[in-house]
Amino acid sequence: MESTTHDAHAPPHQEPGFWQKYIFSTDHKVIGLQYGITGLMFLFMGFCLMTMMRWQLAYPGHPIPIVGKLLFRVLGEDMVGKDAAGHVGVMMPGLYNSFGAMHGTIMVFLAIVPLAFGAFGNFVTPLQIGAPDMAFPRVNMVSYQFYFMGGIIMLASFFIPGGAAQSGWTSYSPLATVADMGTRPNGQTFWIIGMVFLISSSLLGAVNFITTIIQMRAEGLTWMRLPFFVWAQFVTGFLLLLAFPPLEAAAVLQLGDNLLHTSFFLPTGLVVSGQHLHVSGGGSPLLWQHLFWFLGHPEVYVLILPGMGIVTEIIACNTRKPIWGYRSMVYSVLTIGFLSFIVWAHHMYLTGMGTRIATFFQTTTMMISIPSVIILTSLFISLWGASMRFNTPMLFALGFLPMFGIGGLTGLPLGFNASDIHLHDTYYVIAHFHYVVAPGTIFALFAGIYYWYPKVTGRFMNEFWGRVHFALSFIFMNLVFMPMFIQGMAGLSRRMYDGGATYAAQDGVVGLSKQVIGLNIPISHAVWALGLAQLPFVINFFWSIRRGKKITSDNPWQATTLEWQTPTPPPHGNFEKPVEVFRGPYEYSVPGHATDFTPQNEPPTAAPAPHGNPLLS
Amino acid sequence: MEIPYSVKPRPDTGLYNAKVGIWLFLASEVMLFGALFCSYILLRVNAPDGMWPHHWLNIWLGMTNTIVLIFSSVTVVLSWASLKMGQFKRYKLYQGVTILCALTFLCIKSYEYHDKFIHYEVILTDGRIADGHIEKGQTTADTVALLGWWPKDEAALMDPPMGHPVEKIEIPRKQIKTMENYGPWHNTYTAIYFVLTGLHALHVLAGAIVIFAIWGPLAKVWEQDPERYINRVEVSGLFWHFVDLVWIFLFPVLYLL
Amino acid sequence: MSHSTQSATVPHPAGHSTEEIRRDMRRYLIIGVALMIGTGMTVWASLIDFGSREINIVAALIIASAKGFLVAGFFMHLISEKKMIYAVLACTGFFFLALMYLTLLSMAHGSVIQIR
Repeated sequence: MESTTHDAHAPPHQEPGFWQKYIFSTDHKVIGLQYGITGLMFLFMGFCLMTMMRWQLAYPGHPIPIVGKLLFRVLGEDMVGKDAAGHVGVMMPGLYNSFGAMHGTIMVFLAIVPLAFGAFGNFVTPLQIGAPDMAFPRVNMVSYQFYFMGGIIMLASFFIPGGAAQSGWTSYSPLATVADMGTRPNGQTFWIIGMVFLISSSLLGAVNFITTIIQMRAEGLTWMRLPFFVWAQFVTGFLLLLAFPPLEAAAVLQLGDNLLHTSFFLPTGLVVSGQHLHVSGGGSPLLWQHLFWFLGHPEVYVLILPGMGIVTEIIACNTRKPIWGYRSMVYSVLTIGFLSFIVWAHHMYLTGMGTRIATFFQTTTMMISIPSVIILTSLFISLWGASMRFNTPMLFALGFLPMFGIGGLTGLPLGFNASDIHLHDTYYVIAHFHYVVAPGTIFALFAGIYYWYPKVTGRFMNEFWGRVHFALSFIFMNLVFMPMFIQGMAGLSRRMYDGGATYAAQDGVVGLSKQVIGLNIPISHAVWALGLAQLPFVINFFWSIRRGKKITSDNPWQATTLEWQTPTPPPHGNFEKPVEVFRGPYEYSVPGHATDFTPQNEPPTAAPAPHGNPLLS
Repeated sequence: MEIPYSVKPRPDTGLYNAKVGIWLFLASEVMLFGALFCSYILLRVNAPDGMWPHHWLNIWLGMTNTIVLIFSSVTVVLSWASLKMGQFKRYKLYQGVTILCALTFLCIKSYEYHDKFIHYEVILTDGRIADGHIEKGQTTADTVALLGWWPKDEAALMDPPMGHPVEKIEIPRKQIKTMENYGPWHNTYTAIYFVLTGLHALHVLAGAIVIFAIWGPLAKVWEQDPERYINRVEVSGLFWHFVDLVWIFLFPVLYLL
Repeated sequence: MSHSTQSATVPHPAGHSTEEIRRDMRRYLIIGVALMIGTGMTVWASLIDFGSREINIVAALIIASAKGFLVAGFFMHLISEKKMIYAVLACTGFFFLALMYLTLLSMAHGSVIQIR
């Protein structure tokens, strides 16, 4: 890559306009930021839906304060009703179902994956491998645009007659097809079409990421010199590439059921509200579940692996030590990727698929916990004997470790098919996977935002408010999700519109105890407090763009990986001259070295490196 | 800024970017069609005894389409080889034939689709079944005219004997209990048939558009950067062969078995 | 710039010289003919009554797989491809089989899958 020859051919250099620079950009960093900002907005939206649902769970039948009237105006009386005294703002069951389905969909497909894979992956991966951009910059742009379209379609579905999809983020058939028979296209149609866009976006992204990592690693950056973050993105790319297409196929089939009256997932003799459904029949509801969970389980690792990658980078940098067991972590992440494709039916133990096949999936499920434990253990051991820097990114990374640990370990009883019979579809499941994703992945994402913010803006985020943000989030996250384990073990179903009141114990009737149902109230208050606890972050995020403490070097954390060896912010094309890598990713505190970090591109002192890179010219 | 290895292969992998990209994309396509094949098998295995249709499609049309696609695959690979020898005119010729083959395939496919949409199964109020293609001209508000036959029961309809007699049937609408054409809603077989072949036809269309774009509007790249041009032809060719490969399995599965 | 000299420098998985390319082209034609014959055989085999539909299905799938091998192996050059691509395709093939067999096993009750 010779800039002089390039300029000779190019027309007189022109500063790209606003649209080309920020909206239709092909620069991986701008696309990463687009993903990041859109993803954070969806994260906020998904959270808002939940704050309203938590009101209904804590105080069933009471009008939602503040926003109840607004919801009534926007969504109409089918969705928002009145209480006995005539006050408007009560969430109706249909709206509760819509919000529940859309909370899951938005959080998984529109918030966490775009943030973890789209935003961090796009911004950081090419920098960390010393590449000037992604392998296919225009495909990258299209990938974001598909994601954006998918998001718009999902949001639009709230405002169509009948409202958004109501059948959970899993959209189980036949429920998804018969839930809203009134109008077609309905919320479910929008959901499916939105998903097709999101899946296509992920596929394009995955092709691009994997190609970039295979083809564009800098000279000398061999596989075992890749930062763990890149490995995590690499495996994530494969999960998206190979697990999403079956869901795309399933979505096409369900679209047929929804619009063309096919019966892919509708069995013969289906009766809906006392009426024999007029379809040809012969379909299989379980087929949907298989195709859905064939994506669904790898998707769990799509959610968590980038988080692990982020945390690893931050822990290495702030312990000032090499990561303990880097190689075993790499092999573990590959093993996770491989095994995650053959565990999916542990979501389906209760479908009656027989003991033999259940035993197979139970075994693979137990096996996949081993590499996860290896990664977590390696990270814990990396802390041993370190003189740590407790800055905000590190606090979030340290918070991630036990939170993910709780999330992972509480998954084991769900993986055993005997104990799963009791816990299936209860609040225990909700608590389990939220521990993995909320205080797990989301903490990792926060850590990543605080960590790479200086690279993007040239300024630090405020340290004090960062710590406040961490402390409050940590406390309230646990107050939200810990009691749900208790509720779930007591048998509270996760789908209850009234928080379980229907099944409350009464005189002489066995049911959910007052204490179990009563936990809904403190949980809901903790959710709202958790929302308030994000205010310091939001303010800090915007305030620091212009007012934050300026960095004094391009490598403010004194890290070793390549993204810190660029100008700040990195220009289009990233590196001023081609990079050559001479060492592994985490050479911290090397004895005898002048500083306690050795960047990957620093040539060995003994033998001076040859200049330039003939392969890149 | 130039993206490295967008034309020349990277020494350690021996591949240029687009080739890695297309193979990854094809891997995801394998999973996409794989999941649909999997759905086909499950629907078939789950069907009640004797209720999975056989020979509902015209074998000879399907066979013609198979041969058309195979022929186009040969011309694709020959066009690429011609280009490697620098014979641009022969490349143009071969790839022109490819595009014509793609159009032929799509025409035959549309005819087959149309044939299914005018094909009706009519159940009469007395329980008899009539089955055949609707005669648009003679169908009125009172009577439905079919060119077809009277299967003795549903089972006979599931595997119509080859060369059964075809007669003109006129049914007063008053005697009709239900009447449904062989669209995707007819049963799970037609449903999966339309999804599999429809998705495949979309791939044929997309492949034809890409090949045409490289062949026509983008042909000047050959003058400026022949190596990049050959790569493009190779990558689009790989996609085309994959589309052919899928059809090689679709044909026996849907038409013959 | 002469195209023929240019093309001689282009790396080719199955040969470099014009002579080798011509040989490859003859091979592609032979394979094309083989595929056509295979198509005929599939139809022919499907029309024979073996007494059991299973045999028809197995025969058709064997012929289709052989044809698929010819297309993938020679037209797509998989017979002499790079390691990286083999690795990707091996994973894909494995996961595809897992999806198919595990799903089928978990939905077919009893040990025998009956073909209709």
